[in-house]
Amino acid sequence: MGDRTRPTYPYRVFNSLSDRLTLTFRNLKRKGTVTESDLNATIRDIRLALLDADVALPVVKEFTGRVRERGLGAEVHQALNPAQQIVKIVNEELVAILGGQTRRLNLAKNPPTVIMLAGLQGSGKTTFAGKLAHLLKGQGHTPLLVAADLQRPNAVTQLEVVGERAGVSVFAPERGNVFGHDAALESGEGTRSFGDPVDVAVDGVEEARRKGHDVVIIDTAGRLAVDVDLMRQASDIRIETDADEVLFVIDAMIGQAAVETAKAFSDGVGITGSVLTKLDGDARGGAALSVATVTGQPILYASTGEGVKDIELFHPDRMASRILDM
Amino acid sequence: LSRGGLSDEDWEAVEDTLLASDLGVEATQELVDSLRTQVRVDGTTDPAQVRQWLHEDLLRLVDPSMDRRIAASREDGHPAVILVVGVNGTGKTTTVGKLGRVLVAEDKDVIFGAADTFRAAAADQLTTWGERVGVPTVRSHQEGADPASVAFEAVKAGVEMEADVVLIDTAGRLHTKRGLMDELGKIKRVVEKQAPVGEVLLVLDATTGQNGMRQAEEFAKEVDITGIVLTKMDGTAKGGIVVNVQRKLGVPVKLIGLGEGPDDLAPFDPEAFVSAIVG
Ligand SMILES: Nc1nc2c(ncn2[C@@H]2O[C@H](COP(=O)(O)OP(=O)(O)OP(=O)(O)O)[C@@H](O)[C@H]2O)c(=O)[nH]1
Ligand SMILES: Nc1nc2c(ncn2[C@@H]2O[C@H](COP(=O)(O)OP(=O)(O)OP(=O)(O)O)[C@@H](O)[C@H]2O)c(=O)[nH]1
Ligand SMILES: [K+]
Ligand SMILES: [Mg+2]
Ligand SMILES: [Mg+2]
Repeated sequence: MGDRTRPTYPYRVFNSLSDRLTLTFRNLKRKGTVTESDLNATIRDIRLALLDADVALPVVKEFTGRVRERGLGAEVHQALNPAQQIVKIVNEELVAILGGQTRRLNLAKNPPTVIMLAGLQGSGKTTFAGKLAHLLKGQGHTPLLVAADLQRPNAVTQLEVVGERAGVSVFAPERGNVFGHDAALESGEGTRSFGDPVDVAVDGVEEARRKGHDVVIIDTAGRLAVDVDLMRQASDIRIETDADEVLFVIDAMIGQAAVETAKAFSDGVGITGSVLTKLDGDARGGAALSVATVTGQPILYASTGEGVKDIELFHPDRMASRILDM
Repeated sequence: LSRGGLSDEDWEAVEDTLLASDLGVEATQELVDSLRTQVRVDGTTDPAQVRQWLHEDLLRLVDPSMDRRIAASREDGHPAVILVVGVNGTGKTTTVGKLGRVLVAEDKDVIFGAADTFRAAAADQLTTWGERVGVPTVRSHQEGADPASVAFEAVKAGVEMEADVVLIDTAGRLHTKRGLMDELGKIKRVVEKQAPVGEVLLVLDATTGQNGMRQAEEFAKEVDITGIVLTKMDGTAKGGIVVNVQRKLGVPVKLIGLGEGPDDLAPFDPEAFVSAIVG
């Protein structure tokens, strides 16, 4: 065997994509044309920028493929500033995938509108339930929050506090995991609920009908993409409540796991849109691109803080700039 | 790696494996560059050999020689104080609960301090964990109480009761929020009027991408991180960001979270971590 060369790790500073592309193209200006190898270098820059922003690998590949195709076309060759033209293409493609126009919530013709929230553990579902309820209340709706997470310790209490902060009613017939129970199953694998989340969800919709709430927001337990039982449970909630919207709530800080997670919720539960949370931080949020690509569904809202008012409509163009750091 | 020879596709597959584990572009490129050099020098065409080298290189980066023990014994007449910190929703409270269980099993007297007075029902959540694993929780029943005072009271109780360990749960906070980071620094300073904080565990979610590095840097600046807990490793995420975090901060990953149950906490095993990434 040959010498074991010990890896060395110089610190490298990556510039923003625009800087890098400008650099790549500086020498090309004189030439006036963009060769295949110029384009390859450019695609490599874009690839790195997207990976740095946590866009998932398969999505990066698909995306750069599309940019390459357009990059070979006349719009770049004939551009006065090919670098800028490429940036423009990248931006356009990003915005297109992220949804172009902002989509509104689908409200049912026959109320109540049922909105179910689903996602990984800790992604921000319960907090978002409060925000959405608060937002809708401000628009004249009469939302009801339904506590269908009976698994995480004191999830029901949390939703009750959140509901109080939002000034909306909470339907919580079960206390869930509160008395120091052991949430592990006897088999030692998986986690149990204390009460039936599907029943609670169904009863919640019934309660809304009875009391005249026109929107129902169902908070569910966090679940992993690989947890087959919990995925089926989420799917049951969706089917049994005939949910109008199933919103996939995802943390903007997530990395490469975004793709398989989005795919698992999309295939296993069926989602109609997504919510990107914790956008008040400094994560570039490449997950937005991954999720939009994988689910084919738009991102409806951005969650931007811990307070009940920290909710915004999702803006694809702003998100594109954020991902590209421009 | 395909058999016989290393094509561009082979190299791309190596790169993809690392990138898909959230190792990041920088660390990935460095590992691959070094591997390429090695392969060129050696002239090998054996994919198994290359994989073996990659395993070794990555393992060296993860550094099995680091001390990954948790400081959880009384010292100089004080209980050991462990502060648990991190951004929102990573698994801090759950980790406190599970770690409590481990320490109780080691026959230690443990106290929980519920210094998250902000998140809805956070103290209730920790109290439930305390009941579950048999640990008393010091808390405030007043929403928005001063977290530093609660932490102080918890450690004071630990000192008076001659407890072995006081585990302090703190509110999730984004590392970009100056006010909240200052508050964290204050919690630590106030606690240290009672007893030194021997361990500050930063809880990172394994699904976190490149932002994990930013989190680690900022928390380290504020409170001198002594160890990383990598949670949610029961999912498909590999948690590759900790490779960079370890080498840039020089702070080891000490524990991993493997689920939501009380026994779902394990020591970090470098070999298993590397195998999960490169096979
Ligand atoms: N900074 C910030 N924090 C958020 C945001 N959304 C939620 N959080 C915080 O993230 C943490 C987790 O939020 P939850 O709403 O409990 O998340 P969840 O998805 O319901 O979690 P599980 O029910 O345990 O799966 C809490 O500390 C929230 O305050 C956001 O947009 N910004
Ligand atoms: N699958 C899995 N879930 C986990 C693990 N650790 C924590 N969780 C879940 O993740 C969610 C968030 O956990 P918490 O312990 O509340 O997180 P936290 O960091 O205290 O959250 P905040 O205090 O709101 O910032 C809960 O649903 C936990 O049950 C783990 O190792 N694996
Ligand atoms: K894993
Ligand atoms: Mg929740
Ligand atoms: Mg907590």
